[in-house]
Amino acid sequence: MSKNALATGLICLVAVLVTSVFFWLLTDLVIHGLPRLSGPFFVEASQNAGRSGGIGPIIVSTALILLVAIVTSAPLGLATAVLLSEFTRPGSLFGRLVRRSLDVLAGVPSIVFGLFGNAFFCIYLGLGFSILSGGLTLACMVLPLLIRTAEQGLQVAPNDYRLAAAALGMSRSAALTHLLLPAAMPALVAALLLAIGRAGAETAALVFTSGYVDRMPDSLLDSGRALSVHIYDLSMNVAGGDANASAAALVLIGLLLIINTIAMSLAKQWRIATP
Amino acid sequence: MSLSNTDRQLAALLRVGALLAAVIVLLILWFLFKESWALLRQVTWTRFFTDASWHPVAGLYRITPMLSATLYATLGAVLLAAPLGIASALFNQYYAPPLLAAVYRRLIGLLAGIPSVVYGFWGLTTLAPLIGRLHPPGVSLLTGILILTLMILPTVALTVDAALAAVPVASIRSAAALGLSRWGFISGVALPTARSGLASGTLLAAGRAIGETMAVLMVAGNVAGQPHSLFDPVRTLTANIALEMAYATGDHRAALFVSGLVLMGMVLVLVGVAEWFGKERSYV
Repeated sequence: MSKNALATGLICLVAVLVTSVFFWLLTDLVIHGLPRLSGPFFVEASQNAGRSGGIGPIIVSTALILLVAIVTSAPLGLATAVLLSEFTRPGSLFGRLVRRSLDVLAGVPSIVFGLFGNAFFCIYLGLGFSILSGGLTLACMVLPLLIRTAEQGLQVAPNDYRLAAAALGMSRSAALTHLLLPAAMPALVAALLLAIGRAGAETAALVFTSGYVDRMPDSLLDSGRALSVHIYDLSMNVAGGDANASAAALVLIGLLLIINTIAMSLAKQWRIATP
Repeated sequence: MSLSNTDRQLAALLRVGALLAAVIVLLILWFLFKESWALLRQVTWTRFFTDASWHPVAGLYRITPMLSATLYATLGAVLLAAPLGIASALFNQYYAPPLLAAVYRRLIGLLAGIPSVVYGFWGLTTLAPLIGRLHPPGVSLLTGILILTLMILPTVALTVDAALAAVPVASIRSAAALGLSRWGFISGVALPTARSGLASGTLLAAGRAIGETMAVLMVAGNVAGQPHSLFDPVRTLTANIALEMAYATGDHRAALFVSGLVLMGMVLVLVGVAEWFGKERSYV
């Protein structure tokens, strides 16, 4: 009986501990970062290596990197998800191979994506340190998450749709474009948002692909500094950058929170498991 | 049912897309090998373990200090995060009233959503000075372990939570009918039933810990020496790559790609074992 009481005490203690660490972290960021947050902070260029000024160009670079990542990974991810869910018999060799390879891809550490991105996109394809290289590297990284979520969404679409379409003599492509994809749309949007969230949180894969330059990018072939890289640089390489790093961290967390919350609510509405 | 012509064309197109997605992993492995090859063909692999130290510019490639830092940090973080994560999941499933459980689950989800660079920043500005007061310099293996624990705890908690939710209602009712105490039920029924979930959750968390770069890089101190105590500054394999890629050329660069290969190998083994333990998993 006392063992039972001890377990109850310990488990509740853990919950309290985890909760307090979370609020400790959050309070620290808010105390140091909130005074710096203001309208101009979001639009001004960073000055004095980021110690003062804002994060305008960095937000633009981040948005461009994410845009490249999504524009390239979405069609590839959607195609793979549709193939796996609608055009592959369960247990077929091709389907199993694709799934296995995506499982492995999901486990690749982000710094290894950085190495690969640097060797392949920056040097082999000659894109250099650029927003394009960074975005393409992130596209590879988010692909497994994107495919898995989109595939789950398609699988939840009622099987009656497929049967009814077949009974009416609709081709599978027509059933897909007119019935299944529209029906699975919330899940597909959730998949995209989750992928954006994952990509936005990434740092290690970007340091050697999209680089450090904190000027406003002129084109996709310019180097651009992502928000996460900015936080890293400010806290590690710039003495006195902590306040602005806190502010940037608050912006990043807020952004990811919004994206993830929308994704989760869409996914919940569609009853699919999210990570 | 046979496919129409349009269907066949679409299927072919989709197959190309899927093939591209599947080939990325091979492309990654190929480029890791290709970039490592310049070094691998000159030195035998044992030199990565027997050289005097890590001075790649001078042709010394001992990676064991980084390897042990990675292993110690991962081991420490898993040893802390596994019990904490499992306790969090138990709290959700069997202790908290539904509303509180929902709130706590959301909080764990938020913890999972905080980017690693933010954990690193917080560790560097808050945790490291605290530990430095205990034993300078503060940036150390211990700080790395604590931050990693915080980062992988949600992975364990969410996976185990899902596994516990799948414990059959019949078992719960039988336990109640037998008059088992709450802890009696948990230790005798729930945890054994969910053990594959526990194992795969822990392994997934270990994989995350091995691959984590930024947070550890920011708080662990980055001295490329063999760690002897929890308060020694250490440099993990991932941090080593991130720190030196910026200026590495030639064989030095190749040596970093070799450590990338080593990391890849470690993660592949973990993914394989985790898959063996639990069939159903999501990309947490």
